[in-house]
Amino acid sequence: MRAPPDGELIDRALVLRFDGPGSSTGENIVEYHCHGGRGVVEALLGVLTSLPGMRLAEPGEFTRRAFANGRIDLTEAEGLADLLEAETQAQRKAALFAAEGGIRRQVAQWSAAVIGLSAQAEAAIDYVGDEDETALDLSQLQAEAGRVASELEDWLAKPRVERLKDGVRVVAAGPPNTGKSSLINALCESDRAIVTEIAGTTRDVIEIPISHLGLPFLLIDTAGMRETGDVVERIGVEKAEAEARRSDILLWLGDPANVPDHAQAILVHARADIVGREEAPVGSCSVSAVTGAGLTALWAQLHAKALSLLPAESQAALNLRQADCLVRCRNELASATTNGDVAVVAHHLSEARVALDRLTGRSGVEEMLDALFGRFCLGK
Amino acid sequence: MLDVLVIGGGHAGCEAAAAAARRGAKVGLVTFRAEDIGQMSCNPSIGGVGKGHLVRELDVFGGLMARAADCSAIHRRMLNRSKGSAVHGPRVQADRRQFQQATKELLNETPVNMVIGEATEISIRCGRVLGVVVDGQTIAAAAVVLATGTFLDAQLYCGLKRIAGGRTGEKASLPLAAQLREWGVAQGRLKTGTPPRLDGRTIDWARTTPQPSDAESWSMSGLAAGPAREQLACAITRTTAVTHEVIRKNFGQSPLFSGAIEGRGPRYCPSIEDKIRRFGDRDGHQIFLEPEGLDTHLVYPNGISTSLPVDVQTAFVRTIAGLERAEIVRPGYAVEYEYVDARKLDSTLGHREIDGLFLCGQINGTTGYEEAAAQGLAAGLNAAAHALGVATHRFERRTSYIGVMIDDLTLQGVQEPYRMMTARAEYRLALRADNAVTRLGQDALALECVSPRQREAIESHFELRTRPEFAETDEGKADALYAPYVERQQREWAAVDRDMAVRIPGNFNYSLVPGLSAEAVEKLRLTGPESLEQASRIPGITPAALAALHVATTRRAA
Repeated sequence: MRAPPDGELIDRALVLRFDGPGSSTGENIVEYHCHGGRGVVEALLGVLTSLPGMRLAEPGEFTRRAFANGRIDLTEAEGLADLLEAETQAQRKAALFAAEGGIRRQVAQWSAAVIGLSAQAEAAIDYVGDEDETALDLSQLQAEAGRVASELEDWLAKPRVERLKDGVRVVAAGPPNTGKSSLINALCESDRAIVTEIAGTTRDVIEIPISHLGLPFLLIDTAGMRETGDVVERIGVEKAEAEARRSDILLWLGDPANVPDHAQAILVHARADIVGREEAPVGSCSVSAVTGAGLTALWAQLHAKALSLLPAESQAALNLRQADCLVRCRNELASATTNGDVAVVAHHLSEARVALDRLTGRSGVEEMLDALFGRFCLGK
Repeated sequence: MLDVLVIGGGHAGCEAAAAAARRGAKVGLVTFRAEDIGQMSCNPSIGGVGKGHLVRELDVFGGLMARAADCSAIHRRMLNRSKGSAVHGPRVQADRRQFQQATKELLNETPVNMVIGEATEISIRCGRVLGVVVDGQTIAAAAVVLATGTFLDAQLYCGLKRIAGGRTGEKASLPLAAQLREWGVAQGRLKTGTPPRLDGRTIDWARTTPQPSDAESWSMSGLAAGPAREQLACAITRTTAVTHEVIRKNFGQSPLFSGAIEGRGPRYCPSIEDKIRRFGDRDGHQIFLEPEGLDTHLVYPNGISTSLPVDVQTAFVRTIAGLERAEIVRPGYAVEYEYVDARKLDSTLGHREIDGLFLCGQINGTTGYEEAAAQGLAAGLNAAAHALGVATHRFERRTSYIGVMIDDLTLQGVQEPYRMMTARAEYRLALRADNAVTRLGQDALALECVSPRQREAIESHFELRTRPEFAETDEGKADALYAPYVERQQREWAAVDRDMAVRIPGNFNYSLVPGLSAEAVEKLRLTGPESLEQASRIPGITPAALAALHVATTRRAA
């Protein structure tokens, strides 16, 4: 590659040309694969941007054009964004599933089914007096709508992708000075949480993301729960209670009798190294942050629970936006099954279609496009 | 000089002329023959699911069709009666002669000057309309409404015989067609067809299934008509496998399949030969035998529209139960005609580039009397507005089927004849046939296009709505039933409105918008949307293109 005007050599490169509409963006693309040093790239970009009609792409612009030209849909674009941010293998696999169209294909199936039902309902409404064959078996149509709705239910019951991206939320909670901070530090093998002998040390919520054996966790230390007159401490206690409620897994270091209601609670008998604490209550996990005893066993329990909470490998994991669209679709289909007025049924089916269109980005997503494509860096 | 000159005396032309006259315009109507005014070319029925909604809406603005239908009805049926009221479709069969007579009488309620002759050219200078040349003389007018229906460069087909003509026994309009082609307004050719007319005295009615008129009385128009006529029953029969065989054997004589007809026909109302070719494995197609009037023997067999040769028509008709000895009084035929690209029109049905020219009816690519009449109303109201300097009226798809139709035509154009169906309306639950007055009454009053008697009727309807007994009426009950859905949709409109109400000026230069592909620029330029909301519905305009347009138009507005 030579620079004008004098033909000075910039680099020897591999140049690939992709003609639209079969290219990744649907438009004509040229890729320059040159030696990666900063000097070479700068020189090349300098020459290219000096050409008339040429400018640098905005972050995510290539992917945005692929979407605008219908080469990928919104779920594939979101998958691609996730793929670029994937830090663990599990995240990579889930992202790849979406980026390769796993969600798109399933949604296309559902769309086709709903459109078929819509067509039947519409025919029964509009083709009267022309053909008598449009006598509609409403109960059969509703049964089919119900079937699709329960498929959507199955998908909605699967773990969301947010846990995969943000980590499984593991919250250590209990009364003050029960060893929560020490436990958290021991679990992540560093001194991120501040430990002192004074009750009420942790006043805030401390989040520590870590990856353990390929699974993402978010370890969360909280303030000790107790009645207190101190305003600042009171806020910390409230935050602790909130975190405990929204945690995926709860490590309870207090009296087993007082454990909050939680589907995934682990009773932890901390400070097992201290005299008098050798015997752990039945059903508790005995650990010592100081000696390290019991940590491997605790990790094993955390790992097992996390696996059940995270999306299975190479299976679809919906994000919150996608799940919202599916919820709306399912609700519309459910409404369609219970109403006897075919005009209303047709209305619900039409709304169900709209919800699926929103999922794939065929409609109504201008505002979120900016947010999505802003996650891509330059050149993507 | 005339305010408004209408070319064509069909359903669109009559409604346009009458609407303009009701607004106080001095109106002229050009037609080949006076006796052809208001004629039903094909099926002697008015209304249906979707079509009936159009007729009721037209009626609110003082239109003629609903009243003419009530005057001449010999059979009534509320379609979809067993289903929810949102999709009830009022339909009447009319005595053909009486309907035409009633239309002529109603047209005389407001003065319209008849001009008998052939319109050969629309006079235009510097992008504005000056008048129309009729038989060599220019008639000056401030606005011209083109409502030529199926007559532009029209060809009639019966078997392999072909003659020029827009309807049986009538000539075609050739010079006008040439002029439209020159302007680049012509879009292509469409086809429509009609079945043979049978002599009812040669039908064995005992072998058919009777379908009596509705016992419950209701009317098309909100204004009470005179006493109802005697009602006739119509009858149902079916084609048979033998019928299909006869037709199949003669496909070679059909102008449709020989390639002689290039125009596309309506998917929803195909000819019988087309039905058999597409749905060959069905064992029979339903046929409705509709008497054409109280004092005529003619029967219209609804469902066997055809352009096969006469001898084949006779042969296949005689294979149908009840029609074994039926005589064909007039053979069925197809007419192929030129139509116009309605995307060149704006939502007033006015041409975007030629000031004062309005187009309405089948010429815009629709099929059906009701679709034509409703467009005639819109064009007439707005032609008068143009000539008199009064308020224009844009029908909206959220409040009327007329709005749905005009929006569809002017934004999407047509590739095949457009027929109204309720499926086209996304706000179907709010647009019922029983609440047209509620939806549109205020608009009609504001336009001052209704008679004093109708004004009273509209005002008293609104008064009735305020009283507690309204909840017991059909409309009141339906309102309550559908209210939750309608409310939710209204909330969604409000959300869309905010973003999308941004108007796009008529001379907007799309090629200056960064981020629009050449293809999008071309589509937008061709269609000329008036707002972002309309632009979003143009096929092929992607969300990204819309976002780019949004930025450009709001920046401009700021």
